[in-house]
Amino acid sequence: MLEPLLYCLRSNGLNVGLNEWLAFQRGLKAGLANSTESLFWLGRALLVHSESDFDTYQKSFLMAFRDLELSSSLIEDLANLLDNPLKYKEGRKPGEHDFENLQELIKRFQETLKEQNKRHQGGNRWVGTGGTSPWGSGGRSNTGVALGQGKGRGTGIRIPDSIDWGVYRQDQTLRTRDIQIALKALRTLERSGPEVIDIDESISRTADAGGEIDLCFRQDRDNKVRVVLLLDIGGSMTPYAQLVSQFFTAAGETSAFKSLEVWHFHNCVYGTLYSDEALWKRADTDTVLAGLTKSHRVIFVGDASMAPWELHSRWSKDSLNGLGWLGKFKKKCPKTIWLNPEPKRYWEHPTIQAIHKIFPMFPLNIKGLQSAIKELSGGY
Amino acid sequence: MTKSFTGSSSYVASESLLASVNAAVTLRRPLLVKGEPGTGKTLLASAIAESLDLPFVTWHVKSTTKACDGLYTYDVVQRLNDSRFGDGDISDIRKYIKMGPVGEAFLSKGQVVLLIDEIDKAEIEFPNDLLRELDEMAFYIPELSETVKALHRPIIIITSNAERQLPDAFLRRCVFHYIDFPSESTMREIVDVHHSDIDEDVLNAAMKHFYKVRGTRDLRKPPSTSELLDWLVVLASAGVSADKIKAAFPFAGVLLKEENDLSKFHREVQ
Repeated sequence: MLEPLLYCLRSNGLNVGLNEWLAFQRGLKAGLANSTESLFWLGRALLVHSESDFDTYQKSFLMAFRDLELSSSLIEDLANLLDNPLKYKEGRKPGEHDFENLQELIKRFQETLKEQNKRHQGGNRWVGTGGTSPWGSGGRSNTGVALGQGKGRGTGIRIPDSIDWGVYRQDQTLRTRDIQIALKALRTLERSGPEVIDIDESISRTADAGGEIDLCFRQDRDNKVRVVLLLDIGGSMTPYAQLVSQFFTAAGETSAFKSLEVWHFHNCVYGTLYSDEALWKRADTDTVLAGLTKSHRVIFVGDASMAPWELHSRWSKDSLNGLGWLGKFKKKCPKTIWLNPEPKRYWEHPTIQAIHKIFPMFPLNIKGLQSAIKELSGGY
Repeated sequence: MTKSFTGSSSYVASESLLASVNAAVTLRRPLLVKGEPGTGKTLLASAIAESLDLPFVTWHVKSTTKACDGLYTYDVVQRLNDSRFGDGDISDIRKYIKMGPVGEAFLSKGQVVLLIDEIDKAEIEFPNDLLRELDEMAFYIPELSETVKALHRPIIIITSNAERQLPDAFLRRCVFHYIDFPSESTMREIVDVHHSDIDEDVLNAAMKHFYKVRGTRDLRKPPSTSELLDWLVVLASAGVSADKIKAAFPFAGVLLKEENDLSKFHREVQ
């Protein structure tokens, strides 16, 4: 009977697996859900794995519930409510929604739920908060169905929705874990680290020598990949700040690189780079470039959208224009790519096209990142 | 289900948390608890142990922790050393095998509560490496050609600060709970459980400041329950009066631990 919930969840993008669904059924059998509210909590604990999906779950639950046959306990709840109606408030006349008949109430409730498709407050018809309709919470109808925060009565069906889980939603294509896994592919291991004792080899040699201890050393596996990250900060990049910072965090956490250098710039790279996000601590781009070798992997992250003059003309003291500086990077480190958080359909912009001509450019989503890593791997 | 968790004398649990804990206990699945730092994730495990009257085993995960450390460790170097210089019987490998927290929990004579604390601190593959062990409640020790099977399935609580995303396969096996930041009324209950002797006016003034700070936008590290509790202790031991708290916001550094946050808050207030 609960299958609609499963399909509502799945159609809303929550990939509930069979394993979890069976666990949910086992939970029901074990008597963990004896009210609509505990059913709601049980389902959330077992079927949802991230607070970012709580909102989807809540909506799906309501959606599924709308089409459900009313269960016996629900009918009991309603009957109870009809037996013990709240007292009329003084001065309030019996209204059009005072149901005498249980069947009528249930029928109307289902119909209303089916018709309604948005959140309501006040009014006398729809399910929502306040108002005089027989459904919803905090209302003034004599008989009806309590939903959500309906306090004190404890007889209606309550679907706990007092918390707005919407703030935890993150319909993002890129998650930190995905980034980490993608970046890990860059790792190339080589035996070039410090010497460590090779226990297995030592034991087998010692055994071969009849107990005469023969210690064997070998070089530890070491990581060779050195990465330089250049991040565009501020201006048109502000909407992507969270995404970029997520990327940056993931890169910093991955132990897959031998070294990770991070520099910031605004719009395009010129003679100066900055080591902090506030663009205060300066460093000469030439000095940074001098420290790079062919084997460095350089990743630019930026939207590459700017006024054309920012790319084509020189700053007063600079020897090169933006394109010139980018070319310098390309020459020094052939394995350089550009990640662009702008969706690919906006890449018609002239400066994006110009930069795209210098570096391979990939969108900053999981697919783009994977192809970018492929481009960066191997060689040098 | 013989016993169920209903919170404890020192732990205030919401209805949804109780539902999650009891689902985990009944369905014998690990309970994964996520939430902002300082919302009482670690405390929850000891509260469960206390309320169900079970022994409590903790495994604090660090960045260097490997999954097998929790099962057992085999001190091969000691054995190598003993074979050369030692006097014991080195043919007994058992002597060199030491159970980790998971192994200990499996071999315990009665049911225990096992806390795997801050699982997200470890390497990215760590949770996956534990899947089979947690599923089957058994692990194999090749050195002994023996399988260690849990005598009593422990109640497993896993906490995560969400520093890393956990793998899907792992998540699917857990009961998930997110400890949301407590509402003001719940917060009062929590304060009452910890410091019931605090002056009502002082508490009111402090709470007002606290929620104002929480409401400040774009804080890097918004203060949490544990910071509020610390702050109340500091205020009480310094004997600050309610009026003074209202006027001055003393010891703000206990709540806001980042310089930027502190200056941002002061700017917004003024």
